[in-house]
Amino acid sequence: MKNVLVSFFVGLIFAVGLGISGMTQPQKIVGFLDLFGEWDMALLFVMVGAVGVHAVAFALSRKVPRPILAEEWRRPTQDRITGRLILGSFIFGIGWGLGGYCPGPGLVSLSTFEFRPFLFVGSMVVGMALFRLLDRALKLRSSRASGELE
Amino acid sequence: MTLAILGGVLIGIAVSMMWIFNGRVTGVSGILNGALTPQKSDALWRWAFLAGLFSGGLILRWFLPEAFSGQLSTPDWTVAMAGLLVGFGTVMGSGCTSGHGICGVSRISPRSLIATVTFMLAGILTVWVL
Repeated sequence: MKNVLVSFFVGLIFAVGLGISGMTQPQKIVGFLDLFGEWDMALLFVMVGAVGVHAVAFALSRKVPRPILAEEWRRPTQDRITGRLILGSFIFGIGWGLGGYCPGPGLVSLSTFEFRPFLFVGSMVVGMALFRLLDRALKLRSSRASGELE
Repeated sequence: MTLAILGGVLIGIAVSMMWIFNGRVTGVSGILNGALTPQKSDALWRWAFLAGLFSGGLILRWFLPEAFSGQLSTPDWTVAMAGLLVGFGTVMGSGCTSGHGICGVSRISPRSLIATVTFMLAGILTVWVL
């Protein structure tokens, strides 16, 4: 139960960090991505701050056998560079540049009860479901093709 | 710039808490996708995190309402399109700005470094074309 409480406060601090740093302002995101126009480099410092802190915390954690409230460290196990990783990231980047929201700031902006954050998050959830459906269909087809299923 | 660094440090503290206490990567797209397709006991911490994001938003509205200024004047359909692409792409690519861009880059994961460069490039290209 304590881990649930930690998750809540992580979300809360994360959201405040996003807001203070300007990540919840789509104009700022677009300004940051406008490398060939009037580039606003401020958001680069968000990444510097966040990665700086977490790189140290992560390095220190390697000397510790397990997390404080869990049995094991759950870091992603996949280490292959796949076409799926690159194409998926590319598609995400197009959406990020188009709307000026990545998932975190979109969710945080729901708290304004304005229309556009709801439109963004609603379509994002649909987009996630669409990929899951496509993925399932492709897996089914490939397992049929290899004769694992009738 | 000071605010950007300060906000970044807060984000770094948050993802480090998630790692050190719960042993989990704070990937917002992965947490949301997992909350929508829950596996038994796995849903509660995900929804708690999402509730935390929302509550943090309410706090921002109270002491930093400017955090939600700077809206784009683009038509609504572009926001809907953006949401679809972000949802589809982050599940396909196993992560977004938080999971790959912050957590993965911090542990120098080759996958995350490549993902981060790719979505940055795609974002820069999109803004350039528009």
